[in-house]
Amino acid sequence: MNDAVAGAPRSAGSATFSRLSDILWRRPNLLLLILIAPPMLWLGIVYLGSLFALLAQSFFSIDEFTGLVQREFTLKTYAELLRASNFDILLRTVVMAGTVTIAAAIVAFPIAYFAARYARGRWKAVFYLGVMLPLWSSYLVRVYSWKLILAKEGILNWVFETLRLTWLLEAYLSIPIIGGNSLSVSWTGTFLVFLYVWLPFMILPVQASLERIPPSMLEASGDLGARPGQTVRHVILPLALPGIIAGSIFTFSLTMGDYIIPQIVGTSARMIGQAVYQFQGTAGNIPLAAAFAVVPVAVMGVYLALAKRAGAFDAL
Amino acid sequence: MVDGSSENFLRGGSAAQDDGEVKTTAIRFNGVSRHFGSVVAVDDVGLEIREGEFFSLLGPSGSGKTTCLRLIAGFDQPTAGTVEIFGEDATATPPYRRPVNTVFQDYALFPHLNVRENVAYGPKVRGDSKPMRRKAADDALALVALDGYGDRKPSELSGGQRQRVALARALVMQPKVLLLDEPLGALDRKLREQMQGELKTLQRQLGIAFVFVTHDQAEALSMSDRVAVFNHGRIQQVGTPEEIYDRPQMPFVADFVGSSNVLPPKMVERLTGQSAPASLRPESIRIGDGPVSGVVVRRFFLGSATRIEVASQGVTLDVLLPKGSDVPATGARVSLAWETEALHVMPDGDHE
Repeated sequence: MNDAVAGAPRSAGSATFSRLSDILWRRPNLLLLILIAPPMLWLGIVYLGSLFALLAQSFFSIDEFTGLVQREFTLKTYAELLRASNFDILLRTVVMAGTVTIAAAIVAFPIAYFAARYARGRWKAVFYLGVMLPLWSSYLVRVYSWKLILAKEGILNWVFETLRLTWLLEAYLSIPIIGGNSLSVSWTGTFLVFLYVWLPFMILPVQASLERIPPSMLEASGDLGARPGQTVRHVILPLALPGIIAGSIFTFSLTMGDYIIPQIVGTSARMIGQAVYQFQGTAGNIPLAAAFAVVPVAVMGVYLALAKRAGAFDAL
Repeated sequence: MVDGSSENFLRGGSAAQDDGEVKTTAIRFNGVSRHFGSVVAVDDVGLEIREGEFFSLLGPSGSGKTTCLRLIAGFDQPTAGTVEIFGEDATATPPYRRPVNTVFQDYALFPHLNVRENVAYGPKVRGDSKPMRRKAADDALALVALDGYGDRKPSELSGGQRQRVALARALVMQPKVLLLDEPLGALDRKLREQMQGELKTLQRQLGIAFVFVTHDQAEALSMSDRVAVFNHGRIQQVGTPEEIYDRPQMPFVADFVGSSNVLPPKMVERLTGQSAPASLRPESIRIGDGPVSGVVVRRFFLGSATRIEVASQGVTLDVLLPKGSDVPATGARVSLAWETEALHVMPDGDHE
């Protein structure tokens, strides 16, 4: 009966294939299972599995005399995080990640708005190229070039000198904490490089969320008497918020986990990434490294929970 | 649709329609054109919409009717000409300062706000106090029979309900002119007809001008006090529905409104002596001894009537036969007759 329906005779090989596709057509769930099983296994075992292994490690401790890992449940390692020198690292990293995220959102929004509302055709291509192009070159090359830009003999100093504004830069660098000997060894330098490197990860989701706002929504706001500023505050920002949150997940977590940028540009004070790198490497203190690594995960969890509470995802 | 709680929307004296009184002009277009690059969307349009009237902009898509509405709302600026709102030149006035409000084709409800917050949006940006705007929103929702829906999200409503929210959101601003951009386009037929009736009633009770954009000629005819028929960015004819239907001045109007037969000038010359196109309504033609005869080409059963196409001298005439009359078979030769006044000659229609 099947042959009668299918019509033309086929070779044995193609008949098997067509039988297979018939079966899959009748059981769409089977097809779905075949398609998603490999990525799910990858996610489940490689991703979540290693995450739980990490979590487990952080509940072990290290024997101070032998330097061996004691595989017994304890919160001692977490208590160690609260020691002043360690807690400073956490605080420094979270503040830096937060500042970078806020700055990225402020810088990214107008760019994304232009791309979503006004750029068409060729200009859109220029936008995507401009945002993505830096991501194609090596991350290390970009960070090192920033070190040169920010250095005392660098181009930024030269610009200030040429504009006779060296005094301004000096005054800024004399501010404690954010200042320093030169921009390349100051927290401001670290901040600028973070901002530059992660900016595309903020621009793209914000642009996508702005793109989804129908123009009639903005016209309706104006029609009901809202001035452009009110439209931005009451309509555009709330509707772009899911995109801003998505972007901030990138900028926040990437900043918290990075250990190369603060090593190349900035002060000698460490951030979480560097601490993890050192504790699991030279110091051999895997449990403490794991405990440090859990902090960004926990901070992100809290951050997303708060964002959800505040209604950031209502527009989704 | 209107109940006691919403009397603040009703405008005292003007609520009752009085055909005798002289109405002031609400909207006036003086030689308005709008070009998009080389595309001429609106071409030298002059238009006058009076206070308190239900005015429809009727035309096929791309005829410039929606652009005209956007020019009134202020979303778009004319390339040439001026737009006056209540005697004031509003050409350079931004939308948020115009005393008109719009019901959008896609409703444009804010998805992050609930129904009440959507309706209260206008009062909120105006700076009304919270209790004031809450009351205004609830009154407006009552006006469109959506009391009790305030806490829902727009996504939880049906198309017809969203339509009413969009209406309430515009009416809460108490506009002097309400602009409606094909508001019933997305509704199914039954709901559409119900909303047509409700809109008409609402307009009578509020006594404000409604400017209604539609491509549906039946909708425009049944609801409007006056209709402007658009084609290629120009107004073809402005008049009451009766004038538009019975005395079309252009072949386009005759054809677009009520799908009239447009007889070519040669045929009309033979029938009347005048050399100009003429309109002849399908329902005015009957089968009987008349001046034109032809062959039945096709038949369409419509339920309440049957439409036949009769080919005669290179022209195909539509004839609408009421239910119960004898329907000739396809291929039959028939003679067509009509009352003399049913043939409406359009002397101005030549140059189209």
